[in-house]
Amino acid sequence: MMNLFPKTHIDFLKYRKVYFSLFGAILVLGVICFFVKGFNMGIDFTGGTMVQVQFNAPVDMAQVRSALTATGANSELQSYGDNTFSVSEKSTEQEVGVVQARIEKALDTLKVPYTVQQTNSVGPAVGESMTERALWAILLSLVFIIIYVAFRFSNILWGVSGVVALFHDLFVMAVAFSLTGREIDLVVVAAFLTVAGFSINDTIVIFDRMRENIRLHPKMSFAELINTSINETLSRTVITTLTVLFALLILYFFGGEVINSFAFAMLIGCISGVYSTIALTTPLVYTWSHGQFNDGSKPANAQNVEAFVKEQNNRNYKRNRKNKRR
Amino acid sequence: MSNKLAVKWGIIIAILLGSLYLIYPNYKWYSKPLAERETLDTLGERPKRMLNLGLDLRGGSSLLLELEVAKLSGKEPLNEAMARAIEIIRNRIDQYGVAETSITKQGDKWIMVQLPGVSNPQRAEELIGKTAMLEFRIVKNDTTEAQKAFEKLEATDKPFDDDGNLIPSIAQLVPAGMQIMRNKDGGYSLVTDTASVTGADLENARVVMMGENGYPEVSFTFNAEGAKKFGQLTGANIGKQLAIVLDNTIQSAPVVQSRITKDGRISGTFSAEEARALAIVLKAGALPAPVKVIEKKTIGPTLGEDSIKSGLSASFYALVLILIFMAIYYKAAGVIADIALLLNFVFTVAIMSYFSATLTLPGIAGMILSLAMAIDANVLIIERMREEKLLGKPVYEIINLGYDKAWSAIFDSNITTIIVGACLLQFGTGPVKGFAVTLIIGLVVSLFTAVFVTRAIYELILTSNTKEISL
Repeated sequence: MMNLFPKTHIDFLKYRKVYFSLFGAILVLGVICFFVKGFNMGIDFTGGTMVQVQFNAPVDMAQVRSALTATGANSELQSYGDNTFSVSEKSTEQEVGVVQARIEKALDTLKVPYTVQQTNSVGPAVGESMTERALWAILLSLVFIIIYVAFRFSNILWGVSGVVALFHDLFVMAVAFSLTGREIDLVVVAAFLTVAGFSINDTIVIFDRMRENIRLHPKMSFAELINTSINETLSRTVITTLTVLFALLILYFFGGEVINSFAFAMLIGCISGVYSTIALTTPLVYTWSHGQFNDGSKPANAQNVEAFVKEQNNRNYKRNRKNKRR
Repeated sequence: MSNKLAVKWGIIIAILLGSLYLIYPNYKWYSKPLAERETLDTLGERPKRMLNLGLDLRGGSSLLLELEVAKLSGKEPLNEAMARAIEIIRNRIDQYGVAETSITKQGDKWIMVQLPGVSNPQRAEELIGKTAMLEFRIVKNDTTEAQKAFEKLEATDKPFDDDGNLIPSIAQLVPAGMQIMRNKDGGYSLVTDTASVTGADLENARVVMMGENGYPEVSFTFNAEGAKKFGQLTGANIGKQLAIVLDNTIQSAPVVQSRITKDGRISGTFSAEEARALAIVLKAGALPAPVKVIEKKTIGPTLGEDSIKSGLSASFYALVLILIFMAIYYKAAGVIADIALLLNFVFTVAIMSYFSATLTLPGIAGMILSLAMAIDANVLIIERMREEKLLGKPVYEIINLGYDKAWSAIFDSNITTIIVGACLLQFGTGPVKGFAVTLIIGLVVSLFTAVFVTRAIYELILTSNTKEISL
């Protein structure tokens, strides 16, 4: 049996104060970053125009820039190599297509023939609606996940802890985009949502182990139970994460422009997702059901666990009786 | 082999054969050269149940239109007006001859028009953008009030505000029951503010290449109802000017010589192309209200090709790497997981073909995520089996316990991700929706392949009295 991870006995809960402080620090620094650097929202959200052209002969970036500034407009220029440039301009112009015509007119002054590869003009109303819809989708997913997890694991605290970790991952991704100044477009939003799905997946796997271990070892302290569950699922967590990271790294380096930002977002989100499950979700479950921070060795909130086990046993008993009757 | 296992394999093989049957048209179609596909496309001989490529992968244009709700007549409810607008736009685009256009409603008042392969949508845009509201109104320019209003109009720099309404200082000069309209050749006219006969009463419209003054004209025929109304209007106004108004601009204003019922003509300084477009839109009917382009995207064919090439090849290598890794790390169990993964891919593509789904770049990303979840399901199962193996249990028990214990985690994690997918489907637009569709299909399929199929494989192996499975 090839095994990267032999049986481990790591006390993950021991460092929970460090994790919580780190989370606090990320929150504070992140919010500062949002205010200082802001986000580079793509024109899908702000409204505006993007024109991507390829010139038939070599053209200097400075030349293109001066041709654009001659029109007096505030356009952003980006070079993709191979004489390909993209000009984008955020605007609240109601009339779609006006800005595009102006940009093309400016490029005409260079007197080098070019082909238009891609254009995108978005009216301000569309951008607003996109932002609104994306936020709704995220918010609703979070609510439904809390409900589902609370229902499946008979405890609302577990659902809330899972969602806190999810929030952490989305937040870290947002910070990464704010720091690097990468543009947030629709594809990136898809990546955010994928990470939401992925991060909760990790959480569920560990919760599932905890649910099982509560049944198997009713006398085990809550801290030990959590640590055992994380350790038992550790090799699965690492293998799954590694395979996904492999795939994402390939997409990141070779996937082309459009996929690149998707892969970047996913890379950040996946790493954050694994971390947050171990360092946020389970410590939160522990802390909340325990009521206080220290005292990790004693049976944690014995009543809570006992009540849970009793309820599970009751349920199993009823189910068995029902089955027998059939 | 037990009966139960035989049924299991029967199901798997039937689904596999069905999937290959569904995928075959894709293979046949995309192996044809591009030129041949294009000709078949325009002939309408494209297979129905097939995977379509999104605009981001094949190039083309999309226009998002907004129906100007404020200018609706108010007689019909919004969703009926929308349905009619979509129908009319479809008629117009069909005349224009673009294969595989998709016209869909988005939200309350938006219409998405996708034109694959069209990299300069200007003509399509003009065709769609025409409201084609044809009206007949009586002109009353000869009063002193009218002259006063015109003088003021000429003297004002910007007589209309952004919404196209007259500014108040001029509007107060217009007599009650009248309204000012622009002439096509310049200047203004005072006309009645209601039109008793409109384009809705038309039965047919066609181009007359050589009109009276040498320009192409559009001739039209009224239906019975229209002929009656038009007869009344012209009969009561002999000797007066009749304005032929198209989209709030007066095309021409001939003097009514006699009572006219059935036919009419719109003359002006049309080019042949303009006249053809006008005939098309008149025949297709008028839009219930003007539409406005609020988003326009074009992707050149070369860019689409480049992005599909790099995106697809990167995804392919990522997949191969994962398959190899699984086989090395988990040996026989890994190979079984790999088989399930490949089947997952085949089934997903088959289902998408069946629903004629559109594959976009985010859609490919959704597929990748669902494949990753399928791997995770197998990793969960195999890790469980390893745990049981370490306890020294016999091989059939290892397999049974592995599946039984991993199932709840696999089920719950798939359902939560499907919940996220469903929220995206509900609120997402265009690309995000494409992502959600492939994700959900892939996840449902992965519950089948990663659990049901792999277990059937293990059970088949066990029938030959295998004592050990390498994990």
